[in-house]
Amino acid sequence: MERVAVIGASMTQFGQRDAWVQELLAEAGAAALDDAGIDGGDLDHLYVSNMASGEFEGQTGVPNALAHDLAATGAYTARIDQTSSSGGAGVYAAWQSVASGASDVTMLVGGEKMTHRTTSEATDVIASLTHPVEYKHGVTLPSFAGLTARLYLDEYDAPRESLGKVAVKNHRNGVDNPHAQFQKEVDLDTVLGSPVVADPLRLYDFCPITDGSAALVFCPESVAQEYVPEDEYAVISGIGGATDTHVVHERADPTTMGGVVDSSEIAYEMAGVGPDDVDVAELHDMFTILEFLQSEDLGFFEKGEGWKAVEEGVTDRDGDLPINTSGGLKSKGHPLGGSGVAQVYEIYQQVTGNAGPRQVEADTGLACNVGGFGNCVTTAILEGGR
Amino acid sequence: MSDHETSDTDDATGSDGKRGAEPTFEAAEYADGTVTYPPHTVSPNGAERVGTVDLREYEARIVTWTMSTATPPGVREPNTLAIVEFDMGDEYDGPVVRALGQVAERGGADDAGEPGDVEVDIGDRVEPVYADDLREPGAGIREPASQDWDGFRFRPVE
Repeated sequence: MERVAVIGASMTQFGQRDAWVQELLAEAGAAALDDAGIDGGDLDHLYVSNMASGEFEGQTGVPNALAHDLAATGAYTARIDQTSSSGGAGVYAAWQSVASGASDVTMLVGGEKMTHRTTSEATDVIASLTHPVEYKHGVTLPSFAGLTARLYLDEYDAPRESLGKVAVKNHRNGVDNPHAQFQKEVDLDTVLGSPVVADPLRLYDFCPITDGSAALVFCPESVAQEYVPEDEYAVISGIGGATDTHVVHERADPTTMGGVVDSSEIAYEMAGVGPDDVDVAELHDMFTILEFLQSEDLGFFEKGEGWKAVEEGVTDRDGDLPINTSGGLKSKGHPLGGSGVAQVYEIYQQVTGNAGPRQVEADTGLACNVGGFGNCVTTAILEGGR
Repeated sequence: MSDHETSDTDDATGSDGKRGAEPTFEAAEYADGTVTYPPHTVSPNGAERVGTVDLREYEARIVTWTMSTATPPGVREPNTLAIVEFDMGDEYDGPVVRALGQVAERGGADDAGEPGDVEVDIGDRVEPVYADDLREPGAGIREPASQDWDGFRFRPVE
């Protein structure tokens, strides 16, 4: 099996954009091709990570449209939909295409156009992933977060403030990300005083609705230096995907995301590393509580102690294990199909030393992309090529 | 879909609260002894379905709850939701049996249209109460005919 390198990457400005999904995808795709120094005609495979362009915009067939726009006609294309983890699933598909030898050069572009919809409409599109017995009760992803947050705080005797500190940290990181939707700090009082959305969680515990796109270019590591210098590519040293129950209340422990546990075990084994070897991580903080759950289920911290790491500054940018240096979904934004790609974009920048003011000491980075409420998960580990 | 099968009743009025006059709260029982709600094709271990269990017969307690203020189209606002766990008795040794549902007002009517700002606590005992429409079919993105819209809320028991 070929080791797979990332040789180019891009992301658009995240936030409220005038562009529609096809334009957003083309913007990120063209920039990633330029970053890798190749043309659309060099692509064997072109994947698009997108959850719901048909539902949001009435635009389907986006991979073919993108191939045409980027002069990549002739490439094999496919749309990867795994709800909020479409991006991570796209990374898996792109990695697989190169690792298997089916493609010599693959590009993945992930993105979503959402902000033209009301919050209520967008929430319902996302909630359509739920089981009928959940959907008919009006369950939303934010309400799953509220249910889980209450249980976590109760079971592990964690203070409500610790969740707020995740938002404060990630907003602080987002200030230095020029692509982030929110490039401003928030203080704890603002977080804790914001309107209730799903008790005990409040507005600032949730990521925004976002337009945006990100892209990655992949090739075999054996030829990566034909495209870019050694210190400008990264290797996907481990990747794993897994699922948990569709029906959330059927999980043995509602504060454990089995897909995170299982996918990370696969990724760690493939990479030959463990949680202690990870220098920086991008976690799927669609809701603040998810950063606690993932940091524990990835093995960074003991069960029920993720909140202490945030309280102690361990996950700050200058801490022992920086988490969400990009600002996370919380500050950077969450354009569904684009988020998992943007997570790997950040880790790629970190392990190649190109993260600018967000740079931390990092040889090995991890991205964990979660779909649904932990229903589907992809975990990827990247190492610098230098 | 199994829900359609399971909520069929001899008399689906459900408004008088009498047993036998409302749909059953049907979970699936499998050959390996496990019970799940909702019913699935096979058990978590792959065992075939062998029967049904009416969850109205079991006591339930709140595992966790939330009051959602940002609800989708056709859903009451606010909407208090809870995950409840059923006490399946000493002879049952399968995985825990839980359900997620709207919380009904204490002492309120059994049917739809009641306020959704109910405060409860973890550990509270609840009983299922039937409602014809838990949310407005067709107001959201899901095709109205693709699923049923009635079901059971959970009402705190003093």
